[in-house]
Amino acid sequence: MPVLEVNDLHAEFRLDTGTVRAVNGVSFSVEPGQTLAVVGESGSGKTATALSILRLHPTPPCVYTGGEIVAGGRDLLTLPEREMRQVRGNEIAMIFQDPMTSLNPVKTVGAQIVESLRRHRSLPRGEARARAVEALREVGIAHPEARAGQYPHQLSGGMRQRVMIAMALACRPKLLIADEPTTALDVTVQAQIMELMADLQDRFGMAIVLITHDLGVVAQVADKVLVMYAGRPVEAAGADDLFERPRMPYTRALLESMPRPDVPGGAVLDPIRGAPPNLLDLPSGCAFHPRCGFARPECASTVPALEEKAPGHAAACVLTDDDLPGTSEGRRVSGT
Amino acid sequence: MSTRDEPLLSLRGVRKEFAGRGPGSTVLAVDDVSLDVRPGETLGLVGESGCGKTTLARLILRLVDATAGEIRFGGRDLLKLSQREMLSVRQDLQVVLQDPYASLNPRMRIGEIVAEPLITHHKVPRGRRGRAAARERVAELLDAVGLDASVQDRYPHEFSGGQRQRIGIARALALEPKLVICDEPTSALDVSIQAQITNLLRRLQRERGLTYVYVSHDLSMMRQMADRVAVMNLGRIVELADTEELFTNPRHPYSHSLLSAAPIADPKAERARRRIVLRGEAPSPADPPSGCVFRTRCPVARDECDGTRPPLVDHDVPGHAVACLYPVRAAADLLNETTS
Ligand SMILES: Nc1ncnc2c1ncn2[C@@H]1O[C@H](COP(=O)(O)OP(=O)(O)OP(=O)(O)O)[C@@H](O)[C@H]1O
Ligand SMILES: Nc1ncnc2c1ncn2[C@@H]1O[C@H](COP(=O)(O)OP(=O)(O)O)[C@@H](O)[C@H]1O
Ligand code: SF4
Ligand code: SF4
Ligand SMILES: [Mg+2]
Ligand SMILES: [Mg+2]
Repeated sequence: MPVLEVNDLHAEFRLDTGTVRAVNGVSFSVEPGQTLAVVGESGSGKTATALSILRLHPTPPCVYTGGEIVAGGRDLLTLPEREMRQVRGNEIAMIFQDPMTSLNPVKTVGAQIVESLRRHRSLPRGEARARAVEALREVGIAHPEARAGQYPHQLSGGMRQRVMIAMALACRPKLLIADEPTTALDVTVQAQIMELMADLQDRFGMAIVLITHDLGVVAQVADKVLVMYAGRPVEAAGADDLFERPRMPYTRALLESMPRPDVPGGAVLDPIRGAPPNLLDLPSGCAFHPRCGFARPECASTVPALEEKAPGHAAACVLTDDDLPGTSEGRRVSGT
Repeated sequence: MSTRDEPLLSLRGVRKEFAGRGPGSTVLAVDDVSLDVRPGETLGLVGESGCGKTTLARLILRLVDATAGEIRFGGRDLLKLSQREMLSVRQDLQVVLQDPYASLNPRMRIGEIVAEPLITHHKVPRGRRGRAAARERVAELLDAVGLDASVQDRYPHEFSGGQRQRIGIARALALEPKLVICDEPTSALDVSIQAQITNLLRRLQRERGLTYVYVSHDLSMMRQMADRVAVMNLGRIVELADTEELFTNPRHPYSHSLLSAAPIADPKAERARRRIVLRGEAPSPADPPSGCVFRTRCPVARDECDGTRPPLVDHDVPGHAVACLYPVRAAADLLNETTS
């Protein structure tokens, strides 16, 4: 049974300037021990999706306009706020891109972990303190007793992110939502953190929803991938399948435009033209059509549904497999 | 005076200390850097956050003054020039910055932004004729970076990140510089437009014979852009080689760890590779370790590494310099070569 199942989720922001449909029909599920990556460019709705799962958006301006979020046999969208508070941090934990915004600067990191433990488990203070030190040790922090007594600003970026992970995992959640957990970090520290998350996942069997814009990170850790573009899910597949045979021209063009560290450089890259759209002023039809090398007349009028193109591989595109040859079989035909 | 074989830019023993937090404490941002940049090449500077890349760029531009060392550009010692002389050298020495949002004045029109260097350096006459000449020159520059001349009358906020970066590049080209320092020119951009900007930079280099110092922490971008790469760690260059040589035959343990940590957007290649995950924390430049600065994280450190700082010297391959007492040999299995 999936730890989390999101069905046709819709969330929008009603602003003075218009309505931003930041989460527009998102569906996915994650099984225990599985890692689902949600990828997309800045503004594509990744964080909005993550925050919706825990109902963390300010309302207004946010309105959840449809869908369901099923976890532990109930729909989180309709759960009373009091019960929702028990879900957050306990069943489902979240870590954010910038640990400084979610750590309290005037409390020691130890005290913050103790607080989060006591919120969900009625532990005596002494035991909670011991568990907090243990949690810091689990995420590979040396001298955890001493570190527990330090404040966030006394730690490096990588260590703060470890503290966030320690805090998130202290209650042994079934699901960890990690929103760009390594984007602000250097590659060597990123490698440490990704290794740590994989190790903890092995040990505790939790599911991970990893939100990132980095397809390299996706290739490292994901079992399944959901690609978002302009608030919509546009491709969903197993990770190997997605990279081997992307079935949405956007995903494919992204992969083709990226240089690789393991391939000699020097060739002219094949860029995607134009820029990501503004959600307040979306193109009609398929939102990718002004940039798509395969666009047809109907792409400007009809929004393609996310449908299965091959077993376990869905894409939101009018093209069939015959229209879109595999990347190895031929380069993208360039649009005019 | 400079002959064709002479480097365009040449650094010797360049050092920069900033005042640290406490009294008497210093941050050693750049430490004993020596390197040559040849005319027409792209020299890449790669390394982790805080290793001194931007400081080195600022030293070359003389936005900060070096604590010690020599920086020669086109045969002249920049550190000995007066502000006035420096101003004339700055025509040949331009910069493109990481953040296209912060680097354009929001209250100036695009035309004014791009024309600013022309006016500062008296490249256009005063008055109405000058303004017309500037508009014409700006239109050419905008065309060269793929923007329509009509954008001159608009303001930065009306443009996307990629377009702003094009504007920044047009401004950097206004004085027909010889050397352009690109400090993370694509890392603030959406993934789908990074390739547009890298292609543009390469085309401009070809067309105008530009020399680049290309700063990035992104190894994929480095391999794509650079002819030679200098790897920095804690203010020092620890390895310097031709790009393909460095990527296929890295010798410094730090370079190995960087290369092996760079994510590859290909699950099969990811599974096939061995990753060297460094243990522990990067030391602070306010308190660098004695001996080799990588010593505290180096998987193959020995007692001798605590002696003097290893100098950057050629090992085996001429032109492939490594600052390590025990350069790594078995490189091939650490970064998988996959061709697809
Ligand atoms: N004006 C300054 N005063 C004090 N310390 C400084 C100053 N500028 C830079 N430093 C320090 O010098 C070191 C090198 O910084 P620098 O900005 O050159 O790094 P970088 O390699 O460009 O990093 P990034 O990848 O994060 O841009 C850092 O420790 C930084 O904190
Ligand atoms: N609290 C909010 N109020 C208004 N708009 C928001 C809010 N949060 C997100 N948005 C908008 O929703 C869209 C998706 O944002 P986000 O989910 O943060 O993108 P991503 O995480 O993929 O970069 C953007 O257009 C963003 O401006
Ligand atoms: S639906 Fe049309 S425009 Fe959209 S990705 Fe497919 S081919 Fe391109
Ligand atoms: S000198 Fe010693 S510590 Fe430094 S990189 Fe080489 S082996 Fe490692
Ligand atoms: Mg986000
Ligand atoms: Mg920098």
